[in-house]
Amino acid sequence: MQNKKDIFGSFLLAEVRNLIKEYKMKVYFFFFTWIVSQVLADYEKKIVEAFSKVSAHGEGNTKAVQAMDWSDQLRPDSIPSLLHAMNQANPVGDNWIRGAIAKIIHSSDTLSFPEDQVKAFIEDKKNQGSSRRAAFEILRRSRPAAAMSLLSSFLTDPEPSLRREAIDVILEDAENSSLQKQAVLLFQKALKNARDVDQIQEASEALKSRGQEINLVTLLGFKTKWDMLGPFDNTERKGFNQAYEPESEAHRKDSYQGKKSQIQWSSFSSSDRLGLLDINKHYGELKEVVAYAKTSFYSAKNQKVQFRLGSKNAWKIWVNQELLFARDEYHRGGTRVDQFLIDGTLQKGENQILLKICQNEQTQPWTKNWEFCFRVTDSSGQVIEEVSTD
Amino acid sequence: MKIICNLLFLSLSLLSAQADWLCFRGSAGNGSSDLSIPAKLKITGQKSWAQDIPGRGLSSPIVIGDTIYLTASSGPYQEDLHILAYSSIDGLQQWQRTFKATGRTVCHKKTCVAASTLASDEKVIIAQFSSNDIFCLDLAGNLKWVRGLTFDHPNIANGLGMSSSPVIVNGVAIAQVENDADSFTFGLDLTNGITVWKKQRPKSANWTSPVIMTKKGQALVGLQSKEGMTAIEPRTGETVWEYQEGASTIPSSAWAEQGIILVPSNGITALQLDDNLQNFRQIWEDNKLKPGTGSPSCHRGSLYVINNANVLSCASVKTGKIKWRLRLKGPISSSPLITEEHLYVFSENGLGQVVNLLSEKPEVIHTVDLDATILCSPAITQNAILVRSDNKLWKLSN
Repeated sequence: MQNKKDIFGSFLLAEVRNLIKEYKMKVYFFFFTWIVSQVLADYEKKIVEAFSKVSAHGEGNTKAVQAMDWSDQLRPDSIPSLLHAMNQANPVGDNWIRGAIAKIIHSSDTLSFPEDQVKAFIEDKKNQGSSRRAAFEILRRSRPAAAMSLLSSFLTDPEPSLRREAIDVILEDAENSSLQKQAVLLFQKALKNARDVDQIQEASEALKSRGQEINLVTLLGFKTKWDMLGPFDNTERKGFNQAYEPESEAHRKDSYQGKKSQIQWSSFSSSDRLGLLDINKHYGELKEVVAYAKTSFYSAKNQKVQFRLGSKNAWKIWVNQELLFARDEYHRGGTRVDQFLIDGTLQKGENQILLKICQNEQTQPWTKNWEFCFRVTDSSGQVIEEVSTD
Repeated sequence: MKIICNLLFLSLSLLSAQADWLCFRGSAGNGSSDLSIPAKLKITGQKSWAQDIPGRGLSSPIVIGDTIYLTASSGPYQEDLHILAYSSIDGLQQWQRTFKATGRTVCHKKTCVAASTLASDEKVIIAQFSSNDIFCLDLAGNLKWVRGLTFDHPNIANGLGMSSSPVIVNGVAIAQVENDADSFTFGLDLTNGITVWKKQRPKSANWTSPVIMTKKGQALVGLQSKEGMTAIEPRTGETVWEYQEGASTIPSSAWAEQGIILVPSNGITALQLDDNLQNFRQIWEDNKLKPGTGSPSCHRGSLYVINNANVLSCASVKTGKIKWRLRLKGPISSSPLITEEHLYVFSENGLGQVVNLLSEKPEVIHTVDLDATILCSPAITQNAILVRSDNKLWKLSN
């Protein structure tokens, strides 16, 4: 009997010891997991901070290089945090983050890709358009079907590169449609929602061939009525940096000293289908000259906009007397719609826009163009409508 | 035993270095290689293959060991920048990294954003794009660092596109980003991409690439522009000497093993450098050797130039004396590749032409038609050459 008690006691003791051992193991495991997760979270935080703080001229590169080494420790569940970091990072920081995400994906199994979180990130329009675009590309590479399932939802997306994906599908469907009426409806849908000029042109040309003429000047919001002043001297291309009177004056004068004679402001407009203003038509084919083009833009509110300029000549742009950008390059390629996108702001009411368009000394046939086209949009490419001045 | 191991390692390293093709126009910087390549290149050869690539490009492949590295660009505005790695054995893609252009991507339709050839020191690769984005990756495709030079200087751009290829010297990646507006050459620290030096350069469009000049363990880098050639010290960017008689802004100079830099200036101008590279003297110039779009190549004392009329000229590096001429089928944009026995060049229409250099009367002894637009300069690997179009990479052997 005693022996049985002893045996039972020993058994109980062993069980208790086992339980304690198991409990300890669980505790150890819990603490180990907790420590690892804290360390990883700390790494993740430092990595995100380093990439978000990369600045111009290589500033922040030293910490970013270190962070890139640390990113070996990250697992696929860090991808959403890195995508969120893109919301704070500049475009160069975005590329650092792309590199880190590629590293994570490359070193982990495909099953662990956080598809739902990446999809949710894309769908959340509070995230930056460029970050959502990056997330879409990552999703498309890892889960092509899931990415494709999102395409139709991009039709009215504020991010133009995502919107473009949806328009591509519609244009393709329209081209492949055997029903004329359905094709027209699809091209109209594409035209209504597209922001990229090449897609707008494709849809409008398709509609034109089906009997519907589209006014691209109105649709794309080209400014076609300007006041012009010129020609000023641009011998040896020195006129680009020569601040002639229109650059600083608050009020117009009746007359100015031009390159060879007294010159006055005069009205100039274009009927070109893409809003191109051929300055040669106004002054004749001149070389080594500068012309100023001035117009007013009436905005309904204070707002951030993109001034979209096309010109193969050297140019400068001022908005409300503030110089926004200058480009001293002649005839390297042709004039294109939306060739230069210049971020700026419009104030409520009248805004003065001044362009300086320079022509150089070259004599080859392809250097005779002296021209520009101009429109104002938001960052997605949506035309900013002017308010009536009546 | 240790000495034997070291010698073995050194021998293997030298063999590897010889086989590798590390930058635009190869490791010697003049389009030449000591490797032997068959003349009868075939698309369907036993060791040949073709591989689709995910974007446009006229950059040349580079080769490190059994891996081929390449760039490409895609997207409606050529804004997607790809750095790619393929096995040279079977052409299978080993990895692909894609980044986004932060600078301007507008280019002439003949070129594209992936115009510059990669450079490597066999540890990392440097990729430069027409958007002036520069990436440093290790050989496994892991990003080491990135710079956006147009992000830093918004007026660094060329409406026709940029195409200069970087070089790596003494731990510095050197990138010429020269155009009509803001024009610079940058020396970037290879370990972190931070600017070691920035050099103001002539305000003029320039598509040429820097060339490394080495002698007795010393190295200078030649920067070509419309004003001539500037030799700089790679660690500081300081000018060592300048040749100021003007030079082409499209074909780049070639460095000959005799310590002569062959500059596309007044045709070709040969500058003999002294032993410590600190001075030069002009030894000859010949305007009958004016290169077209492709850069001159040289090997074993001979210079090879293809002009705009597609005439290949062979001349002595030391004297400039023209040895022979041969009309090829053009138009030709790429630079020729030279081995001990043959010269290989591709026309824009994709016709590969192999010239026998050992016969008394050199002639085209073999052609291979890729039926594609070829603008890149071919690269070399064991028993084969590599060439790419806008959407394909070929390894051509016999």
